[in-house]
Amino acid sequence: MTSAIDVSLGEVAASLVLIAVAIAVSRWRRAELESDITVAVVRSMLQLFAIGYVIQAIFDQESLWLVALLIVVMVVFGAYTARARATAVPGAFVPLLIALALAAAATIGLVLALGIFEPEPQYLVPVGGMVIGNAMTAAAVALNRLGDDVRESARQIEATLALGATGSQAVDPFVRRSVRSGMIALVDSTKTTGLIFFPGTMVGMLLAGADPTDAVRLQLVLLWVLLGSVSISALTATGLAHRNFFTDAHQLKETPSQ
Amino acid sequence: MLFELDAATLDRGDTRVLDGLEFELPEGASCLVGPSGSGKSTTLRLLNRLADPDQGRVIYRGHDVRERDPRELRREVCLVPQLPALIDGTVAANIEFAASFGELEPDVPEVLRLSGLDPTFAGREATRLSVGEQQRVMLARALALQPQVLLLDEPTSALDEEARDAVEAALGDLRKRLDISTVVVTHDPAQARRLADWVVRIGEGRAIAQGVVAEVLPG
Repeated sequence: MTSAIDVSLGEVAASLVLIAVAIAVSRWRRAELESDITVAVVRSMLQLFAIGYVIQAIFDQESLWLVALLIVVMVVFGAYTARARATAVPGAFVPLLIALALAAAATIGLVLALGIFEPEPQYLVPVGGMVIGNAMTAAAVALNRLGDDVRESARQIEATLALGATGSQAVDPFVRRSVRSGMIALVDSTKTTGLIFFPGTMVGMLLAGADPTDAVRLQLVLLWVLLGSVSISALTATGLAHRNFFTDAHQLKETPSQ
Repeated sequence: MLFELDAATLDRGDTRVLDGLEFELPEGASCLVGPSGSGKSTTLRLLNRLADPDQGRVIYRGHDVRERDPRELRREVCLVPQLPALIDGTVAANIEFAASFGELEPDVPEVLRLSGLDPTFAGREATRLSVGEQQRVMLARALALQPQVLLLDEPTSALDEEARDAVEAALGDLRKRLDISTVVVTHDPAQARRLADWVVRIGEGRAIAQGVVAEVLPG
């Protein structure tokens, strides 16, 4: 496969100058992020090179089974990563796994069914990665908020349970706020897209020499697909995970302190 | 008998909160009295299944509470917590919120009057009221479910003397006007004497004494 844009390893290395700036800023302002920045640089390099070779192999094989396998791996790894952000939610892994799987299956299935993309690795791999990445962030943010809210509002939740509410009824206002938290970042960035920032796909296409109107059309499709996927992901994760705060007798598992 | 506790034991982490607790509460006005940390609030939560004991049983009118749907039980045996925990919105919205769980149409002015509040409170923002007023809105919310038993956890602990007297007067009035049993948790023996006919004294998760108030807490 030929590439419309050619970036040499030397040019990649040259961009490390900006990393030196970031480390210098961190050290100067005592942000204590120097080691995190270094880890981020090394991890991003290793992970992207690794996935680059994997994607190259999948493109060479032209196997949809390999694409499906890659998407499954991304879903599992995404759920595992998001769980670390949702430590206040009991048993968060399974809801996250189902949320990411559903978001990926629904959005990828829909774009294929509508004929927006061809069922080819060239489209499915990058779109799948974007969908799962954004769905993971949305689910993690939503569950993180839900866990914090339930802990802080345990007295109010138990007071509602004491009136004969189900666990789901008692926690409903907090679930709604959590779904909103999971979606709001992408909704806001979609509102301002083209005005105060250019999204990644469009930038990539423009750098690769594509026609700007083609870049805009593809970017719009992806943004709207991502909005759908984050809504499915946040809704599913909170809708399943909120039950884990309660016993079968609609009792809060963690007793509120008086 | 309204409630019987049969060797109820409950641990929280490594701490034994209730230690083979046994007592009886007849219909009418009862108090659970004891110092902070004695397990009386935890005991109250067992009575409408906001918690279950690790061992032992809670019997309500002759039946183990575990035989009941916990939501139905909580509408019949309604608990008012120690501190107000109202939802955003007006007082009327809070009362309607509570009544919705029993699929009831609440008589908002009537439950406000029964709770010692003027019906004009209905349109006021609930969370902007004083703590004493909020506590009475909590009581009004519970009454909107037309319960047969009211469980009140230290209902006046956060109130000044005047607000405390108003809540106690509302409870006394309530008992005269409705056929309802009350179980009040308090650390104050004097309040138990004012509010109850039957008293259980609790210490370190056990019942130390129980009986009519004049015998258990002579004035």
